[in-house]
Amino acid sequence: MSKKTIIVFSGDYDRMMAAFIIANGAAAMDDEVTMFFTFWGLAALRKENPGISDKPKSGLQKMFAGMLPKGPEKLSLSKFNFAGAGRSMMKKVMRAENVMTVSELLATAQEQGIKLIACTMSMDVLGIGKEQLIDGIEYAGVATYLAEADEGNVNLFI
Amino acid sequence: MSASVEELKAIASPVVVDARGVSCPGPILAAKKQIAAVTLGNVMEVLATDSGTLKDIPAWCRKMGHDFLGSFEEAGSIHLFLRKAK
Repeated sequence: MSKKTIIVFSGDYDRMMAAFIIANGAAAMDDEVTMFFTFWGLAALRKENPGISDKPKSGLQKMFAGMLPKGPEKLSLSKFNFAGAGRSMMKKVMRAENVMTVSELLATAQEQGIKLIACTMSMDVLGIGKEQLIDGIEYAGVATYLAEADEGNVNLFI
Repeated sequence: MSASVEELKAIASPVVVDARGVSCPGPILAAKKQIAAVTLGNVMEVLATDSGTLKDIPAWCRKMGHDFLGSFEEAGSIHLFLRKAK
């Protein structure tokens, strides 16, 4: 068994698909997988109805938290998004082709025991509290990620 | 040491995984789930329609330590055979 680490920086729907497909594929090959979600990538771990964080926040943090997509299915495509219309069309094709959505891939990742880590520094910057993120994840910083990456043989930045 | 199509067709696999209509990474997720139900030394057959599985299932076998026996396509379905080796 080997170990794979993936840094999920992007909050694009298509990049998120790539990250989760690789992660789930590796787990299906008996690899230990850690996904470290930072900056825009955190949006994928957000609840659909995150509510208002009880953490004291500045107006700017509130603005970021307000604009950050709420949950995996609200992410934008990196190309042809057209204010969400492109994403809807892409999802229609995906359904027809039996391609898993990001929320399905996320659920499968949790089922497979993939370790999901939220970057606490990014959470502070973007004004996101733990109560706004899904259950079953861990919270850590760069040292945790680096320690995991040291033990791995593949490390991706997506 | 790939088996011929005739040899593969003669195998009565005790476990058949139907991953037809499912796209990547569905077939290997299904294979991973089902291999637990296979007795060591027995054959598992994977049915798929995604052409990527022709490469992916052998790669999955190499990584997992199972013996990939071969594959054939018939009536729009890909039949892949492997022997559980660990």
